[in-house]
Amino acid sequence: MPGDAPGGRIVVVGASLAGLRAAEALRDGGFTGELTLVGDEPDPPYDRPPLSKGVLLGRTRADACGLPSRRPLDARWKLGVPATGLDPLAKQVLLADGERLGFDRLLIATGTRARPWPDPGEAALDGMFTLRTSRDAERLAERLDAGPRRVLVIGAGFTGSEIASGCRERGLAVTVVERGRAPLIGALGGTVGAFATELQRAHGVDLRCGVTVTSLTGHDGRLTGAVLSDGERIDADIAVVALGAVRNTEWLAGTGLAAGPRGVACDAGCRVFDMYGIVTDDIFVAGDVARFPHPLYEYQLLALEHWGNAVAQAETAAHNMISRGPDRRPHLTVPAFWSSQFGLNIKSVGVPTFSDQVVIAQGSPGERRLVAVYGYRGRVTAAVTVNRAKWLEYYQHLIETAAPFPPDPGAADFDGSEPVPSDVPDPRVLSHGPTVYVTGHLPLLRPPSRRPGG
Amino acid sequence: MHVVVDLNRCQGYAQCVFLAPEVFELHGEEALMYSPEVPEDQREKVLRAVAACPVQAVFAGEQAGAGAG
Ligand SMILES: Cc1cc2nc3c(=O)[nH]c(=O)nc-3n(C[C@H](O)[C@H](O)[C@H](O)COP(=O)(O)OP(=O)(O)OC[C@H]3O[C@@H](n4cnc5c(N)ncnc54)[C@H](O)[C@@H]3O)c2cc1C
Ligand code: SF4
Repeated sequence: MPGDAPGGRIVVVGASLAGLRAAEALRDGGFTGELTLVGDEPDPPYDRPPLSKGVLLGRTRADACGLPSRRPLDARWKLGVPATGLDPLAKQVLLADGERLGFDRLLIATGTRARPWPDPGEAALDGMFTLRTSRDAERLAERLDAGPRRVLVIGAGFTGSEIASGCRERGLAVTVVERGRAPLIGALGGTVGAFATELQRAHGVDLRCGVTVTSLTGHDGRLTGAVLSDGERIDADIAVVALGAVRNTEWLAGTGLAAGPRGVACDAGCRVFDMYGIVTDDIFVAGDVARFPHPLYEYQLLALEHWGNAVAQAETAAHNMISRGPDRRPHLTVPAFWSSQFGLNIKSVGVPTFSDQVVIAQGSPGERRLVAVYGYRGRVTAAVTVNRAKWLEYYQHLIETAAPFPPDPGAADFDGSEPVPSDVPDPRVLSHGPTVYVTGHLPLLRPPSRRPGG
Repeated sequence: MHVVVDLNRCQGYAQCVFLAPEVFELHGEEALMYSPEVPEDQREKVLRAVAACPVQAVFAGEQAGAGAG
């Protein structure tokens, strides 16, 4: 609040999308004190979504994805230096270079990293990649330029599917291996999963679902291929591991904060909880690393790996960091994300995994345009569009107003298809992470006997 | 100058594509792709795209943290 905004010292750990936007919002909100951004990557903040799209296609250079600033920051940047610890009592962040940064308010925005291939020996083979950073994208794009004989993509979530799409567009042979029954099924359920299966195959992807990669093979330190759980062998000179993300919370171990593999838990105002569920008042969190309660989803703690959430939550956290109690506001934004793959624009509002039913309310898979609407216990909870982005706003309104599911036929050009179970699998059966992690329970957990691929 | 598009907000109206085709392109019917780093000679066109986007999804500015280290 202008007027109330404290001076003092604010430290932001994680100098990417959420960290940057929070820092800007702090200054916009009138914060005049010392502002320090700490980031372990050497580069100034950059945008990650183009890395699996334009950069892989060779249309954009990996080092040309910097984020534009919204305003001058007057901040101290500590880049290329990880935070290694936090002393909540002394209110200090410890850095790898030995510096101790004192703070009055701290924002945790350390995001996630790519889940590595579990076998370190195999992961070290030349030809193995993950995709999270601009460096990863640069190296991968270079190797794709060199024209590999076949690319193996392990995991068919959004990142894996976008990588497969980019490779096919370059005319490269691609095999995708996914433990779940379909691509994107973890985030979007069975109906859109079936659509994605058909889409990948139509674009010439050799898609193998319900199987896992049991080992990778190499010769002279170079990747030569993979062995699958069904006994098949794939020859490939490049493998991209797209097994979801790991939250960067290790540096908070032993601090007594509610930080762990599922992220850093906070209240609706982005204030971090300690391990007993007691809220701190000087430590805040935003972006991919945060888990926060959402009233539209029964106050379950959500962790969202979405660009839009990082921006919106950063703005709310920043506002609350410099506001007194009654002026603070909740982070209530309806989750939304986009993906582009195989020439299609796939967008979502709400939380599709928070559902028991789904109906194709407009279009059809055959037309490659559709709107899938998700419901839970008779109310609309999410919608996914394929090349129908203009409709999202309408469905967002239905979600916000807890409109009845299935949606009113008169409401849109409803083609009369019937709702079916949304078929959201237990995330434990997937190769890829669900990207929206509804912590606690999923409305529809499948019994273990139905897990494909063991 | 750098540019970022809030693709949650973008509705594929393609005004930006008409105004600055070297920076913005449609991939398929409605997926927008763009080059975040704007070449000097495209600045004016990009600023026009920022102004023309009907949903204010395009944002341009100097690169954040440039020269920081
Ligand atoms: C390839 C790719 C494609 C994507 N495409 C889409 C898309 O199409 N649509 C969409 O909605 N979202 C997409 N996303 C997700 C989106 O990019 C993220 O939601 C967003 O980057 C989250 O921002 P963040 O700042 O919370 O976390 P991050 O971007 O992960 O940033 C966290 C930063 O903190 C740093 N850090 C970690 N630990 C420490 C430490 N101890 N000390 C100092 N610094 C540390 C990290 O290195 C990193 O720089 C994509 C992500 C990737 C990787
Ligand atoms: S003008 Fe705006 S809405 Fe249209 S394509 Fe460009 S960014 Fe999207």
